[in-house]
Amino acid sequence: MQTKRVAQVEEECVACGNCAKCCPFGAITVYKGLHAVVDEIFCKGCGKCVVACPADVILCEKREDQSA
Amino acid sequence: MKAKKRGYDYLWIFSSVYLALGFFNILFAWIGLLCFITPLLIAMIGGSKGYCNKYCGRGQLFELLGGKLGLSRKKAPPKFLRSKWFRYGFLTFFMAMFFLMLYNTYLVFAGATLREFVTLLWVFKLPWQWTNTSFVSPGIAQFAFGFYGVMLTSTVLGLVTMIVFKPRSWCVYCPMGTMTQGICKIKHRKDTQNGGESEANSRTA
Repeated sequence: MQTKRVAQVEEECVACGNCAKCCPFGAITVYKGLHAVVDEIFCKGCGKCVVACPADVILCEKREDQSA
Repeated sequence: MKAKKRGYDYLWIFSSVYLALGFFNILFAWIGLLCFITPLLIAMIGGSKGYCNKYCGRGQLFELLGGKLGLSRKKAPPKFLRSKWFRYGFLTFFMAMFFLMLYNTYLVFAGATLREFVTLLWVFKLPWQWTNTSFVSPGIAQFAFGFYGVMLTSTVLGLVTMIVFKPRSWCVYCPMGTMTQGICKIKHRKDTQNGGESEANSRTA
């Protein structure tokens, strides 16, 4: 079941990988050392990555398809 | 659901032991070069920040102290800390200081007197005469003093930002992290020119 919220990574991600480590659903990966990528299918919007992100670049936003 | 611990999750022990060994004999500081060379090799060959993501003992140590032991306020750091100008500016400053340290080492190799102190935060000179370095050439010892200063300085800065902000706030402006991300960007740009996926497309999973 899709949740209402989903994690979104901002431009200034430092690719430290802390979010990927703490995600209980394995929904985040670091793409080629550039930035974190959230798999929206697996993300449950729990917000653990938001708390863990040391750069404060992850937000838990409303899913785009939910707002329509 | 807790992730299973792997061997590399205990590299914080290596980082702690490394810092402690420097107090017994400064020559152990040479081991720290591994923390410089490994991330660069992983970024240049593998094209990833695998070192930061998995193997960085210092990051693990900050996570342990700030997260599990609760020594961090867990507040978001100011926005400028993650900005490009600050991260690359800090990297430039850090590298300038690093090359200055290398120049001082060269001077000792060339005949200057060995200076037995560790420079903390680029200003404070901590006397470190108790370690025996007589069995190596003064240049080898001078590099150890200088390099240990670099490692100690970054640890102190990391600890301060760990306490004030989030546990791994050091990772945001860590010069090695900035450098490896820069290498990955260059590598990725080359791959894109050769027909790979562009960075903009990679942001959507």
